[in-house]
Amino acid sequence: MRYLLAVLALAALATLPMVFGDYGTGMLVGLAGYVTLATSWAMFSGPTRYISLATVAFFGVGAYTVAVLNEVLPYPLVLLAAAGIGATMALLVGLSTLRLAGIYFVIFSFGLAELVRQLITWFEVNVTGTLGRYIFLDLEAKHIFWQLLALGAATLALSAWIRRSRLGLALRVIGDDETVAAHSGINLARTKLVLFVASATIITLVGAIQAPRWVYVEPSIVFNPTVSFLTVIMALLGGATRLWGPLCGAVPLFLLFEWLSARFPDHFSILLGLMFMAVVYALPDGVLAALEKFRSKGNGNSATKPAKEANA
Amino acid sequence: MFLSTLFLGLVLGGTYALLALGLSLQYGIARIMNLAYGEFMLLACFAVTMMFTSWGLGPLWGLLIVVPLGYALGWIIHTVMMRPLIKRSGGGGRLEVDTILATFGLLFVVQGLMLVTFGSDFTSYSYLNQGIGILGTTIAANRLIAFVVSLVIGFGLYAMLIRTRWGRALRAVSLAPDSAYLVGIDVGKLGRQGFALGGALAAAGGALVSMFQTFSATDGVVFTMKALIVVIMGGVGNILGALIAGLLLGLAETFVAAFIDPGLTMAATYTMFLAVLLWRPTGLFGKAGG
Repeated sequence: MRYLLAVLALAALATLPMVFGDYGTGMLVGLAGYVTLATSWAMFSGPTRYISLATVAFFGVGAYTVAVLNEVLPYPLVLLAAAGIGATMALLVGLSTLRLAGIYFVIFSFGLAELVRQLITWFEVNVTGTLGRYIFLDLEAKHIFWQLLALGAATLALSAWIRRSRLGLALRVIGDDETVAAHSGINLARTKLVLFVASATIITLVGAIQAPRWVYVEPSIVFNPTVSFLTVIMALLGGATRLWGPLCGAVPLFLLFEWLSARFPDHFSILLGLMFMAVVYALPDGVLAALEKFRSKGNGNSATKPAKEANA
Repeated sequence: MFLSTLFLGLVLGGTYALLALGLSLQYGIARIMNLAYGEFMLLACFAVTMMFTSWGLGPLWGLLIVVPLGYALGWIIHTVMMRPLIKRSGGGGRLEVDTILATFGLLFVVQGLMLVTFGSDFTSYSYLNQGIGILGTTIAANRLIAFVVSLVIGFGLYAMLIRTRWGRALRAVSLAPDSAYLVGIDVGKLGRQGFALGGALAAAGGALVSMFQTFSATDGVVFTMKALIVVIMGGVGNILGALIAGLLLGLAETFVAAFIDPGLTMAATYTMFLAVLLWRPTGLFGKAGG
C-alpha cells in the first residue's frame, strides 16, 4: 500500500511540468535539486554530526564533468563518469580525514570547493587553454526535472533503507558517542566512509544533471559557495536527523530564497546568514522536532516522543 | 631570485603565523571554532585602509586603533552569540557543531555587509613602498615593517602567556578546562578573554596584511582556511608551533608561486595540510595522541 502511494505521488509530481509553464518548470528543477542535495547531505552529516561544508565542491565537479565530456561521450556515460569522479574524490577526502576527529573533516571540507575551483581554473588556463565551456545537450527543463525527481526519490529510498539497516544504527551510535561505537565493534572509519561516499556521489550527480541548464559553464559559476550554504540551512531547518526533515526544510526555504534573491539581490547573503543563525539558535533540532515537542506539550504526554522519533 | 623569494615568504609567513595565533587562542582557550575569523581580519584591513586614505593616518597608528576594537568585537561576539550556545550545550560535544554553524552564518553576514559597504573590488593603498637593500636583494619597506611587527607581537604574546599570571591562567584553561576552575580560575571569563584576544590578533594580522597585499571583501574564507591549516600544523594551542608552521606555509606558498605557478598556491597549502593529516594529525610538534 505504501509503495503504491509512493508511486502515485511520484507520478503526480512528474506531471507538474505540464501544469506549470516554462518558468514554473525552471523553478521545479531548482526545487528538486535542492531537495535532493539537502536529503543526501543529511544522509551523512545528520546522524554523524560531521558538518560537511563542501557540497558545492562535489556539485561543481559534477557540473564541470558534463561540460567537459558532453560532446565526447553519450549522455548516460557522462553521468556515470561524473558519479565515478565524485565517488573517487569523496573516497580520497574521506580516507584522509574521516579517521580523525570531526573537526579535521570540517576544516578540510571548508576549503575544498575553493581548492577544486582553483585547480580546475589553473588546469584550463595552462593545459587546455579554454576557460569556460558550452554544454549542448538536447534536454529541456522538464527532462532535467524528471531526472532529478528520480534521483531525489532514489535518495529518499536509500536514506529510508539505511535508517532501518545495521549501517544506520551504527551511524547513530557514532553520532552519539564514538568511543561507545568503537567498543561495540563498529568499524568507525569504514562506516563513515561508506556513507560519505554515497552522499557525495548523489551530490555530484545533482550537479551533473543540472548542468545543461546553464549552457555556458565556468568554474566561478558552478563552484558558487551559496550552494553549500543553502544545502546546510535547508537540512538543518527541517531536521537533519529525520528522513523527511531536509525535504520539509528545502521546499519553503527554496521558495523564500527565490523571492529574496529577486527582491534584495545586494543584501541576499546578509539575509541568508541571519536566517542561518536564526535556525541554529531557535530551531537547533529542526522544525519537525520543534512541532513534535509543541504537540506533546499540548497533549501533556511526552512519553510518546521517543517512539515517534524511532518511526520518523 | 632565491633570496628575495625567501624574504617574501618569511614576510607572508609572519602574518600567517600571527593570524593563526589568534585562531589558535579562540579554539584552544574558548573552544570555539570561528569560521568567520578571516572576515574579522578583513574588517581590520578595510578599517586601516579607510583611515589611511581619508584621514592620512598611517597603518601602524591604525594598528593601534583596530587592535583594541578587535578585542572589543571579539568580546561582544562571545558574549552575545557564543554564550547562549555554551549554556545550551552544557559543555558537551554539541558545542563544537553549534559554534561551527553559528560562525558559518556569521561569515555570510559579515561578508555581505562588507560587500554592500566596500564593493567587491580589490583594494590596496601605497605606504612606504620603496625598496630597502638587504644582503644584495631589495625588499619593500612595508613588508619588512609588517614582518618585524608581527614577530614582535607574536613573541610578545608568547612571553605574556609563559610569564604572566594571566597567561598561565589562559594556558590552564586551554590544557584542562574541566579542572581549571578547581584552582580558582573563572573558566567562563577567561574563555571570553581568550576569544577577545583572538579577535585582537585577527585585527593586527589584518592591519599588517593590508600594508603590502591587495584584498577584497570575499577573501575571508581563504585567510580563515590558511589560519586553520597553520593551527593544525603547529598543533592546537601550541604557540611556538603556530609561529613555525605559519612561516613554513608562507615560504611554501611564495616558492610555489615564484618557481612553479602562482595559480597553484592553494594546492600547495592543501598538499601540506594533507601531508600533516596523514603523517602527524596532532601537529608537527605535537605529542602522539595529545
